[in-house]
Amino acid sequence: MTSKDPEAPPRVGLFVTCLVDLFRPTVGFAAIKLLEDAGCTVEVPLAQTCCGQPAYNSGDRKDARAIAENAISVFEDFDYVVAPSGSCAGMLKRHYPGLFSGDPDWQARAGAFAGKVHELVSFLSDIRGVRAVTARHEATVTYHDSCSGLRELGIRSQPRSLLASVEGLELVELEDADVCCGFGGTFCVKYPDISNAILDAKTGCVEASGAGTLLAGDLGCLMNMAGKLKRQRSRVEVRHVAEVLAGMTDGPPIGGR
Amino acid sequence: MRITSPAFKENARLALADPQLQQALGNVRSGFIDKRETAVDALPEFEALRDSARAIKDHALQNLDLYLEAYEAKVLASGGHVHWAETAEDARNIILGICRSAGARTVTKGKSMITEEIALNEFLEENGIRPVETDLVEYIIQLRREHPSHIIAPAVHVTQAQVEADFRRVHDHLPVARDLSEPEALLGEARRVLRSKYFEADVGITGANFLVAETGSSVIVTNEGNGDLTQILGKVHVVVASIEKIVPTLEDTAQILRVLARSATGQDMSVYTTVSTGPRRWGDPDGPAEYHVVIIDNGRSAMLGSDFQDMLRCIRCGACMNHCPVYHAVGGHAYGWVYPGPMGAVLTPSLVGVDKAGHLPNASTFCGRCESVCPMKIPLPRMMRHWREREFERALNPAAARYGLKAWAFLARRPALYQAVTATGMRLLSLLGGRKRRLSWLPLGGSWTKHREFPAPEGSTFLRQMKARARP
Amino acid sequence: MSPRDAILAKVRAALKTEAGDDARRRKIMARLRKAPAGVIPARGQLPPAERTELFCQMAEKLFASVHRLKRHDEVPKAVAAYLRARNLPAAVRMGEDPRLEAMPWDGLRAFSVRRGASDGDDDAGVSYAFAGIAETGTVVMLSGADNPSTINFLPEHHIVVVDAASIQGDLESAIAGVRTHFGRGRMPRTVNLISGPSRSGDIEQKLVLGAHGPRALHLIVVG
Repeated sequence: MTSKDPEAPPRVGLFVTCLVDLFRPTVGFAAIKLLEDAGCTVEVPLAQTCCGQPAYNSGDRKDARAIAENAISVFEDFDYVVAPSGSCAGMLKRHYPGLFSGDPDWQARAGAFAGKVHELVSFLSDIRGVRAVTARHEATVTYHDSCSGLRELGIRSQPRSLLASVEGLELVELEDADVCCGFGGTFCVKYPDISNAILDAKTGCVEASGAGTLLAGDLGCLMNMAGKLKRQRSRVEVRHVAEVLAGMTDGPPIGGR
Repeated sequence: MRITSPAFKENARLALADPQLQQALGNVRSGFIDKRETAVDALPEFEALRDSARAIKDHALQNLDLYLEAYEAKVLASGGHVHWAETAEDARNIILGICRSAGARTVTKGKSMITEEIALNEFLEENGIRPVETDLVEYIIQLRREHPSHIIAPAVHVTQAQVEADFRRVHDHLPVARDLSEPEALLGEARRVLRSKYFEADVGITGANFLVAETGSSVIVTNEGNGDLTQILGKVHVVVASIEKIVPTLEDTAQILRVLARSATGQDMSVYTTVSTGPRRWGDPDGPAEYHVVIIDNGRSAMLGSDFQDMLRCIRCGACMNHCPVYHAVGGHAYGWVYPGPMGAVLTPSLVGVDKAGHLPNASTFCGRCESVCPMKIPLPRMMRHWREREFERALNPAAARYGLKAWAFLARRPALYQAVTATGMRLLSLLGGRKRRLSWLPLGGSWTKHREFPAPEGSTFLRQMKARARP
Repeated sequence: MSPRDAILAKVRAALKTEAGDDARRRKIMARLRKAPAGVIPARGQLPPAERTELFCQMAEKLFASVHRLKRHDEVPKAVAAYLRARNLPAAVRMGEDPRLEAMPWDGLRAFSVRRGASDGDDDAGVSYAFAGIAETGTVVMLSGADNPSTINFLPEHHIVVVDAASIQGDLESAIAGVRTHFGRGRMPRTVNLISGPSRSGDIEQKLVLGAHGPRALHLIVVG
């Protein structure tokens, strides 16, 4: 089913991620818009679920593998698989192949699949060569580098350069932008007090930046930081970077205003 | 040393509530990270050196038996003695035996994590021998009757004011008027007291950063010079090292040295890198008359050939903990044993058992910063995950967590059911979120809402909306 | 089974190898003989004059002081001047290095030279470096009667004479020099690589010079 014509728009399967699916569909629609604007044909397979990280990072390899089999089967025929999350894209790209060690058939499928996987913003920038978006966002924003995207996939400059093309937007750098926000998936509920200490340092930096909007590329981190900022009665609004790049900021920010 | 790793959560809670500790930990966050970055940026070959260093250690581990034999032969040829210890207890007894034959009452010690691991100080004291730590802050730790909280900066959890109070308590000769408010004065006082100890001691014990197979040498790296005085001024020099410290040649040592100090303290080289080979030679006016090496396994051989072999590349630079948000939050003592931070989270379960140290590999956000700065490129998060797998296989993690995860995995494998269940759940949560779009309390979500609001879902799930669109 | 054999057996079992694996043994012994160099930083790969200059710069960055001289017979005067400038007694401890002994110490007035290992009562010691390393501003000291190790550590002030011609670009070249000097696989009791004066940064990360070793490292570079 892979498109043969090099001129034909690439077929992208949107791996929307479970958190976006459940909590923030706007990010999914923003991703579709951005991908279509970048000349892609976007499909959303309905048989997708979660990438399996909760099981994988909790030591449950068997379930992680079963979940991975589902995701690979659903997505392997696309030209590209794109996820609006560095963490989930990292799971699909960097960790799936290892789940099938000792099973050459599946390992080959997982390897081929992994080669197609990209995080949304870096896909737009690095693969589709998008240099600017048509969006407007009157605000001073700051950007948090989510760990998996930054360290597993090397995402750092791409969101910043695309954000620079958003009209009205001023980007101020966040101190310790590359330091974890304390989310860590199940970590934040297994070790709530430690998570909170890390998070507290992060929201301190966010407030100190003076920005009115906090952006990042991973909904887990965003919900964590938004939850804390709102508990601290902060006026900082929290959004996924894709919402701003797609100009879809009419709805309430994550965790409300 | 008593293991308190099973009480990690409680340890962490106390650490978070300790204002002095939190103040001291601020120095880790600010100091080490910038210094390392500056040093690394100044050396264009740093990444290539990391790869080189990793390859050397991998090669050495892959041929560890032969390099150990070659090393031993060279030590013997240079007039030294080699002792082999399978366990911590064996090592303690061997060292006690050496001290007793030397008639030692006092031994001086250079900073060494392996002697912490085998709990040597307590053992020597029980047997009537007084161990004196000579690393200035290790000495402070000993005065406080504590253990190091960091593998290269043992007193990083202590503030200057606390050190001053300790000195006034223990050094009772100190006049009250003596100004000890600056680190210079504090270190000067420690230096003065320790100088005499070097000359009193019969045996000097050091660790080793490297054991060099080519020459039978042990290598230590310090900034103070205490390790050197310990080994030159004692009659007997005892080197205590675990089997994975072996490197093939001096050239290999040079490669690893280049990444070690930069990663640890941001120095190009530590002040003193000392290569010691055998006892005092004919005509030497100084140096120890006897040279002993105690080579310890204590669980390392079981890591070879396992999922945890890569951990044996560790050169104990401390960069992983210096960059770890969890370490920054709770400090080293919370980890409950000798080795803290990410390297401890991997090593401790290997050495004391995952049943005791299970919290450690779990208490990580998997942010990956440790691996990104590890000079030996040890995949620390991956190995922590391996420990979680071992725990999961043995059902050592809490039942509630297991059932929750299992339930989610059950749904994730059944797309239709997943969509039905989540669509209903999210609609309900969205309603509960009200106009504020968040919840301050969530059934079963207390761990989340204890410290933060829970952002409410928008309403209908994305897949549900896509499905509706697909249906004409 | 002895503890030695037990450990080696466990290691071999884990590595799935055997003691009698001669092919592997030959490879290992060959690697030990060959001692392949790894990655050598370009930083120190300079012509002699610039190499010496880099050595001095790197050492000063480490808070060593550097004094450059043309000739060896100028060293005693420079040492005396160093001590005078710091209000130290006109006395030094040094070993029996013939290069030090050949210097005109007798030409100094009221200056005392104590020979042999340091007993801890010396304010200043003088040593002669085997080599310098430009890459890091490090001096390489070899133990023995010529330059006893105690002089490297016990005096408050350590004065080290370094021949400019002995300054190598990198650590590996210095190692090669030691190997040529003593023969392959043979070493003096101690090789001290010294990079600046003793220090500690362990109380709240504040740098203090003069921990256990010398508070001051003074390098006299000759040539």
